[in-house]
Amino acid sequence: MAYSNKVLDHYNNPRNVGSFDRYDPLVGTGIVGAPECGDVMKLQIKINPLTGLIEDAKFKTFGCGSAIASSSLATEWVKGKSLDEALGIRNTEIVEELALPPVKVHCSVLAEDAIKAAIKNYQEKLGTSKEAVHS
Amino acid sequence: MLKLPIYMDNNSTTRTDPRVVEAMIPFFTEKYGNSASRNHSYGWDAEEAVDSAREQVASIINASSKEIIFTSGATEANNLAIKGVASMYRKKGNHFISTITEHKAVIDPLKRIERDGCKVTFLNVDKNGMISLQELEQAITNETVLVTLMAGNNEIGTLHPLKEIGKICKAKGVLFHTDATQAVGKIPVDVEEMGIDLLSLSGHKMYGPKGIGALYVRRKDPRVRLDAMMDGGGHERGMRSGTLPVPMIVGLGMAAEIARKEMSAESQRLLHLRNRLHAGITSKLEDVYLNGHPEFRLPGNLNLSFAFVEGEGLMMGIKDIAVSSGSACTSASLEPSYVLKALGLGDELAHSSIRFGLGRFTTEEEIDFVIQDVVRAVNHLRDMSPLYEMHRQGIDLKTVQWAAH
Repeated sequence: MAYSNKVLDHYNNPRNVGSFDRYDPLVGTGIVGAPECGDVMKLQIKINPLTGLIEDAKFKTFGCGSAIASSSLATEWVKGKSLDEALGIRNTEIVEELALPPVKVHCSVLAEDAIKAAIKNYQEKLGTSKEAVHS
Repeated sequence: MLKLPIYMDNNSTTRTDPRVVEAMIPFFTEKYGNSASRNHSYGWDAEEAVDSAREQVASIINASSKEIIFTSGATEANNLAIKGVASMYRKKGNHFISTITEHKAVIDPLKRIERDGCKVTFLNVDKNGMISLQELEQAITNETVLVTLMAGNNEIGTLHPLKEIGKICKAKGVLFHTDATQAVGKIPVDVEEMGIDLLSLSGHKMYGPKGIGALYVRRKDPRVRLDAMMDGGGHERGMRSGTLPVPMIVGLGMAAEIARKEMSAESQRLLHLRNRLHAGITSKLEDVYLNGHPEFRLPGNLNLSFAFVEGEGLMMGIKDIAVSSGSACTSASLEPSYVLKALGLGDELAHSSIRFGLGRFTTEEEIDFVIQDVVRAVNHLRDMSPLYEMHRQGIDLKTVQWAAH
């Protein structure tokens, strides 16, 4: 399968690989997927308590090149966004940006899910889990 | 200077040996007659070449040349053997025995005859990919007509004990077919010693051309009869009609001849290279597991699972090496290999596997490059693997509740 140059770039030079302390109250952690499905994504966001914006993000992914690229791109996109803005990121935008073929669309879905899971985790920690959060 | 990408997918197909190509060329350009033409020298030349190739092919499996039926490849040979027996021996019985790790070219014909009313028992395998001879023996009933078990597995390289299987089949009076696509030309195969009644082989797995193979059909003790699938001019003893592709047959013959002469030295060399590759990787990486039998395996096959990284992602990281992954993400389905799953491998390790297929043209320099490149890529991916991180933190991945998706 031929990968797009953008997928190759993210694969070879993944942005924001790493981990935050998951017990830090300002950190939200989302882990989605399962090893037996061939992909697991961990996406973490760090919130600036003053602005409420996502000031940093990190990921680790087990999966194919498209899964790695999708999560790498997701960390780039959420940075600087408010939680509501980040919740608005759609998998279709990831598909478009990375030119993912149909068989790899699930990678983008997983990345969208990872963002949502990280935000949900942060809000649960805050004790202010809102209805607005999509499950 | 290394030529990149390095070809290490010889279980998929092999480069045609230049000596084979050379032998084939005159039969495209000068001796292009139809081997069935009896009235002129073009036909005679072609027929002589086919006869000689038939001898060469027969010789590598210790058969007689009259027992070789040329086909388009091993897939056709498997189809002819299975469907041909099912149809011809219908009155004798309708039960077939095979195993779950066979190639699709055996499993799917069996599924087809199953739909047409036959019964098929697929034996399980152990963690090394071996069947149990006891289970095989117990599975044979009065209705059983054919046991079909591959010689060497295409994914994990495991070799079935053909001689013992042949003995059981003979004692029980059932036919024994083996798909020896991966084995012929790589390890000694002897239809007499092993009690084989039907055997499929392919040209392109042993440095011959694609599009040609053969089915060995035993002529005595017992005489095996098959219903043809291809009707027409009655070529190949009526079992496979169609004008013979003389250049391909000449190529297959030459490939068999070379393999027969060089097999012993070649398998020693491949074993040495494979051990070097295996040791080179495992001395630099932890949590690497061998799939398939450690001892009874094809000399050129090394199938490894790299825990905590995904096979397709890994292949992307070693783009200078042409290999196959047991993770079928590459082929549009997201299922890991059914062969690896049959070994009882967890899906995550099945997803993490790479098959290295070494061959006649593999060099030590290439092996050393592959070791370095694989180690680099696995480390790169483990650095960004959440599973590796959890493993390092002492979390048992089997206890984690994963969110299914």
